[in-house]
Amino acid sequence: MRRLRALAASVASVPVTLFGLVLITFVIGRVVPIDPVVAIVGDHAPPQVIARVRLELGLDRPLPVQFVIYVNRLLHGDLGRSVMTSHRVTTDIAHYFPATIELATAAILIALAVGIPLGVFAAAKGGSRFDHFVRVISVGGQSVPVFVLGMIFLLVFYVKLGIAPGTGQQDVLFEGMVPRVTGMHIIDAALSGQWDAVQDGLAHLALPALVLGYFSLGYITRMTRAYMLDALHSEHIITARSKGLSAARVLWVHAFGNVAVGLVTVIALAYANLLSGAVLTETVFSWPGLGMYLTVSLLNADMNAVLGATLVVGVVYVGLNLLADVAYRLLDPRVR
Amino acid sequence: MIERRSLLAGTAVLPLLATFDVGDAKAATPKGIVVMAKQIDDIVSFDPGEAYEFSDNEVDNNCYRKLVRPAGGDSLAGDLAEKWDVSPDGLTFTFHLRKDAHFASGKPVTAADAAFSFERTVMMDKTPAFIVTQFGFNKDNVTKLIRAKDEHTLIFQLPEVAATSFVLYCLSANVGCIVEKAAAMANAKDGDYGNGWLKTHSAGAGAYQLTSWSASDHVILDANPHFGGPVREKRIVIRHVADPATQLLLLQRGDVDIARDLGSDQLKAIAGSKDFHSVAAGQADSMYIAMNQAVPVLQKPEVHQAIRWAIDYEAIAKNITPGTWSVDQSFLPAGLPGALTATPFHRDVAKAKALLAAAGLANGFSITMDYISASPYGEIAQAVQQNLADVGIKVQLLPGEQKQVITKTRARTHQLAMLVWGSDYFDPNSNAQAFCANPDDSDKSTLKIIAWRNHFVNATLTKQALEAAKELDAKKRIALYHTMQQEFWKDAPFAFVLQKNAVATMRKGVTGIVMGPLPDYTRYAAITKA
Repeated sequence: MRRLRALAASVASVPVTLFGLVLITFVIGRVVPIDPVVAIVGDHAPPQVIARVRLELGLDRPLPVQFVIYVNRLLHGDLGRSVMTSHRVTTDIAHYFPATIELATAAILIALAVGIPLGVFAAAKGGSRFDHFVRVISVGGQSVPVFVLGMIFLLVFYVKLGIAPGTGQQDVLFEGMVPRVTGMHIIDAALSGQWDAVQDGLAHLALPALVLGYFSLGYITRMTRAYMLDALHSEHIITARSKGLSAARVLWVHAFGNVAVGLVTVIALAYANLLSGAVLTETVFSWPGLGMYLTVSLLNADMNAVLGATLVVGVVYVGLNLLADVAYRLLDPRVR
Repeated sequence: MIERRSLLAGTAVLPLLATFDVGDAKAATPKGIVVMAKQIDDIVSFDPGEAYEFSDNEVDNNCYRKLVRPAGGDSLAGDLAEKWDVSPDGLTFTFHLRKDAHFASGKPVTAADAAFSFERTVMMDKTPAFIVTQFGFNKDNVTKLIRAKDEHTLIFQLPEVAATSFVLYCLSANVGCIVEKAAAMANAKDGDYGNGWLKTHSAGAGAYQLTSWSASDHVILDANPHFGGPVREKRIVIRHVADPATQLLLLQRGDVDIARDLGSDQLKAIAGSKDFHSVAAGQADSMYIAMNQAVPVLQKPEVHQAIRWAIDYEAIAKNITPGTWSVDQSFLPAGLPGALTATPFHRDVAKAKALLAAAGLANGFSITMDYISASPYGEIAQAVQQNLADVGIKVQLLPGEQKQVITKTRARTHQLAMLVWGSDYFDPNSNAQAFCANPDDSDKSTLKIIAWRNHFVNATLTKQALEAAKELDAKKRIALYHTMQQEFWKDAPFAFVLQKNAVATMRKGVTGIVMGPLPDYTRYAAITKA
């Protein structure tokens, strides 16, 4: 019962969080020193066109009224229309978000595959040279700006070594050739049986996923190491060792098995960060995802698009956070 | 706008890129497909009645044909119009259309399509409509005054007199693109003249047709099989690449054939390479410093002159913007009809100080300057700050996003502002009206362009701008613009600094892109690669 109450409280906080997000984003969008009408119609538009568009967008009304209208539309699933693409913002998000999911998923898989073993072994060999090496790797992932890393990766793997393709999601040969089903290029190419397009897509995905994966790897490695150090010093591990269990079994079954639940939250937050924080990586690699859509919308003062994309990012972040919370409560008997 | 994304990715690693040995160009793009790297995140709509950004205008120029087109220098030639007659009073233009022109659908281009194109522009009244409505056309008279006499004859009757060359230059802008009426109306919704559909489709008779567009990602153009002239490559793919350094990488690796936004640093990095070559064209884009006349210290003509004599134009062009911006000091950029190419001002500290002393400001003064924070504007603003400091003018720099600086100058709350202005069409009236005409300095004015935004009121220049727009004698008209530019140098509170050069850098064997002074004039039809 107590668990259900805690869960209900977590769920109830979601709309409040999202309302706060919408309010803050809306106010920031309206108080920035850029006239959104001029941003839409251009600097050269005559005064009568500017006046008409201001009226059409309802920007002549008081700010609270504009906000109420926006929230009302939002509750009806209408995020408005992007002036940049002329499409509904919901259509745009459905178009751009799958590319970000594709990139973030590949990145988190790389981060998990490398970060967890590194963290586990670093904890097992605490204080050793290997542990110091892992610390350098993980601190690098957290501290090197992702766009610098992106450009360095491009210079090394694309320009110098020539073993990776350049920017973009696909080669120009496949542009417009893969029927859109999920919006995730590689999956769509596989569904249509175009295996050369799958191969090309994977090659294009590799560098941005590595860059973004490295960014998360640092965090996951550090957290895994910290959890493992705690676990390895606990009494049940001493017991397991004294029973003569193999080192591998102690490490992976008894120690890691206990920290895995805690890592669920870490992984969920890391994934949420990737989905929302791929902006710079998408820009450097010309990856047509939500991050690039958000950046371009912001630079063009396309406020409907900015609000819509921010809201989606917020929903994803809050949703994954909630999911992690629920999973943690379900999986860890100590919080039952 | 062009350079601002560099903040995200380029600035920190540009020095690294400039020194990195990337070797020769390697791979190649597929045969029959030309791939271009360009910043295309400004695209809003491809409807010629609405498009008003650099990239959509350039694409439209290759998907549509107009009645007239530029023919090198400042001359015009017929495009869809084989010839035209102008009545002696300058009011009635009769265009005789070619009979062999076809839209991408295969249907012939008719005078009815041409009349429809102007009608929809006026009726929709989007941003570029003013280029047509400034002649007096409105929703009530457009169908009566612009009409098809027969299948191949278009009557274009002006409501009031205007210089013949002024009218023709405006018709050569993208607002003069001829749209296929049947295609537009078949896709019209709620009386929008097909605007919703044409935002993302084309219905023109140009060399290419729009196949696909994904915002901030790519544009694909395929050759129009019914185009009257030769089209060398069957497909043009324009990929959005925000960062100029990345554009250079793609060019060097052979993943793109043409890079369109290389900056001075990138051009320097490949200067002398036999693997790449560039074509450049002076643009009708001017960088200027505006002095708001609401600020008392900036009202003195000696101060205007002192600022003009304090700036080291040559050093800025040579050291900060080699290849991409060149010195130009007139409100009509070089290449525009009637432009004076003389550069009367150069850095003369003693003269600038003497002018300040004559203005009673021997000890100088302090002032703020808004400017666009992206490269190269930031570096130029710093150079100007140093130049003005040398004569005693202490400038506090206020960086901002381009739209932010524009918003501030439109509100007339700036002091000094360094900005860029691009001509709306290839006629001197565009800039003359913007910088000289301010018939009503009140907030109710219907003409709120650059002169108004800086409270610059000069009755003579305002009158001359109006007269020149209506002058039917071409020679007299050009002479009038010469006079205006000289008067402007004496009195106006503006310092024109640089003119933009658009540079297209291509891999060896790629040729044929025609760079125009406006995006509306850049052509792809002759692009070919070995």
